[in-house]
Amino acid sequence: MRRLIAILPVAAFVLVLLGFMVGLRRDPAILPSMLIGKPLPAFNLPPLKTSEPGLASADLTGEPMLLNVFASWCGPCREEQPTLLQMKSEGVKIVGLDWKEEAAAGARWLDENGDPYLRTGNDSTGRAGIDLGVSGVPETFVVDRRGRVRYRQVGAITPDVWVQTIAPLMAKLRAES
Amino acid sequence: MLAEVGQFALILALLLALVQAIAPLWGAQRGEPVLMALGRTAAILQAGFVILAFGCLAASYVACDFSVALVAEHSNTQQPLAYRFAATWGSHEGSMLLWVLILAVYGGGVALFGQTLRETLQARVLGVQGLIGVAFLGFMIFTSNPFLRLSPAPLEGTELNPLLQDPGLVSHPPLLYLGYVGFSVAFAFAVAALIEGRVDAAWARWVRPWVLAAWVPLTAGITLGSLWAYYELGWGGWWFWDPVENASLMPWLLGTALLHSALVLERRGALVSWTILLSILTFSLSLVGTFLVRSGILTSVHSFAVDPQRGVYILGIITATTGAALGLYAWRAPSLRTGALFAPLSREGGITLNNLFLVALAATVFLGTFSPVFIEILKGDKISVGPPYYVRTFAPLAIPLLALVVFGPMLNWKRDSVAAVLKRVRIPAAIAAAALLLGLVTAGWKGVVSAAAVGLAAWLVAGAIAIPGRRWWAGRANLGRSIRTTPPAVFGLSLAHAGLGLLLLGITGVTAWHSDKVLTMRPGDTTVFAGRTLTLQSIDLANGPNYQARQARFDITGRGGPYTLIAERRAYATSQTTEAAIHVSPLGNFYISGGDEQDGGIVVRLWSHPLIVWIWIGGFTMALGGLVSLCDRRLRLGVAARAPRPVPIAAAPAPAE
Repeated sequence: MRRLIAILPVAAFVLVLLGFMVGLRRDPAILPSMLIGKPLPAFNLPPLKTSEPGLASADLTGEPMLLNVFASWCGPCREEQPTLLQMKSEGVKIVGLDWKEEAAAGARWLDENGDPYLRTGNDSTGRAGIDLGVSGVPETFVVDRRGRVRYRQVGAITPDVWVQTIAPLMAKLRAES
Repeated sequence: MLAEVGQFALILALLLALVQAIAPLWGAQRGEPVLMALGRTAAILQAGFVILAFGCLAASYVACDFSVALVAEHSNTQQPLAYRFAATWGSHEGSMLLWVLILAVYGGGVALFGQTLRETLQARVLGVQGLIGVAFLGFMIFTSNPFLRLSPAPLEGTELNPLLQDPGLVSHPPLLYLGYVGFSVAFAFAVAALIEGRVDAAWARWVRPWVLAAWVPLTAGITLGSLWAYYELGWGGWWFWDPVENASLMPWLLGTALLHSALVLERRGALVSWTILLSILTFSLSLVGTFLVRSGILTSVHSFAVDPQRGVYILGIITATTGAALGLYAWRAPSLRTGALFAPLSREGGITLNNLFLVALAATVFLGTFSPVFIEILKGDKISVGPPYYVRTFAPLAIPLLALVVFGPMLNWKRDSVAAVLKRVRIPAAIAAAALLLGLVTAGWKGVVSAAAVGLAAWLVAGAIAIPGRRWWAGRANLGRSIRTTPPAVFGLSLAHAGLGLLLLGITGVTAWHSDKVLTMRPGDTTVFAGRTLTLQSIDLANGPNYQARQARFDITGRGGPYTLIAERRAYATSQTTEAAIHVSPLGNFYISGGDEQDGGIVVRLWSHPLIVWIWIGGFTMALGGLVSLCDRRLRLGVAARAPRPVPIAAAPAPAE
């Protein structure tokens, strides 16, 4: 009996280890999205600042746009912010979804770090995030002019990601009729 | 030149670590005093060379030697000296070097100050530490070399992540590492004891100060991290259940359990194999904490650059250390002497219960942190685990544990009686009941949960004061003398448990009673918020060194007032920042930030965080308690057995089995 109990920890460890080994092979940044090719799920979110408009899924139609999910408590969002501001200055249309926090926190964060968004919605309950299948922040969805999700970027948009992946895709989407 | 010296020192350290791993283990097995002595020398030399390597890297940073790739990537000439120095550990490679530095210094410490240990035990401890050193020095030299050159050298380096340029964050990683790596000593002792097949009170007397020496900085480091998150992010968040925060919390929970179980082992010779198991698991979780976040298996706020190759190596290290140790445990633990018996109601029984709760808490956090990995493998779903999970699982386990904390120090060793224990806690119980009533009277039935939490906090603090209190009451005939003769460990225990109560008070205050308000104010406007009256006196422009500031001056009266706060908004050449004004007081923090201009006024955000400072005061009090305890003579290294080491006997001590 004592021997059996003594073996238990090492047996549990082997199981955990197997899990890690399999987990390590998967890149957490590659996430299949159920939404690719499908329309954005419907949402209608209040704004961060009372004086501004909120964000509804219907706002993401007419031309290709990026939907960026962010939060003030998220470190990589800070790293991503300069890239987003640069993209904004290049004329890319980005809307923001402030995830799982009070509107005031998101507003303060944008005041401090710069606001790359055309409009921003506050998803304090995380409900819209669930519909979108958000697994963490930051996450970005490329949405075409008909409001369909075409690409999902998990993690920060680095200048490389922008230049190599998203910019060509946006150009292609703009060319689509 | 410096970088090459550092590189060379690292390689020598690796070779010495190899010697330190092989010679003493072999020597202890064969009873060769010369080999064991070689292990000691190798440990001390290895510490010297790692210190040299670290010094070289730090000097390269301070001197802005941008021909070293790491320096060019993480500092520039504009950066203040202190942050250039701190940038030494601001990167993956640099923080690895800091990790190895602490490991090597601890190893050298065991070699230098472990003269009173049984010689074979010391040799085996050094050998195990040498093995860990080989693994990490190898990891650094082969996958994360900090001394790589850059050619041509750039004239100017890039910036250290601005978030890291903060006094709080500069000291946060070294404190955590002191804790994580400190547990490696307990791990080495556990493995050495398993090899020896012998665990005795002398073993526990040695391990406990090391566990304490790891626990104190870990506690302080976690508290500091939480404080930084608060004032940097600034909207009342102090804990986010982020994977990396959890990774520091897990070893803390197990380390706390180990601290208590080692006490039982030392005093009563019980919980032998349990203490060994905890030592192994605590360090294993420290490894998971420091390294798994770098493997890319989990995404996190704190992640360093993700590199699967490093992940594979790290997993290999974890497999080798934890796997081998647990395998050894499975083989040897059943043959370890079983502990002395004790009644369920006794100090030992109380500590066992404490251990069960702490391990269950650690398991909860572990499941929450890693279940996304396992669920994805089993079901193919990507999920995220957030605060609601922890509120439902962590809190229901933590609350009974907190309620039981007061009983522990009131229990007698071996056996006790219910009536006697209840009598001993009657004064803290009365104080807790009074606090509960007071809470109910002020908050009403709606606030029953927060009133109960305040009562629990009062119970913890009063119970902690009762520990020296009872002692002094018993010796009141000569109070001065009984205060003077109280061992520091008693004060340490009292402080640590009181800190827990203060922490709970802070959590309760900010969770139950926080409030905020957003409004537009013009100069002269007055508003009432959270018991304070606040008037916007003026909005002025002022020039800073490299920015223009818009200063909003507020006069506040009521609740801790009158006082004046200035909330700034700074416009730099390319960006602007909001410098919020925080008024800190023991009753609660008041937080003002001035935002956009609107209708001739500015948008003002107000936050009230009642009692929040007690969270950090509590955390630091706990760490202080540990520090005071560490000063106790009975724990001080080497005092336990002052007799000189007997002349080594040539005959081999019989191997354990």
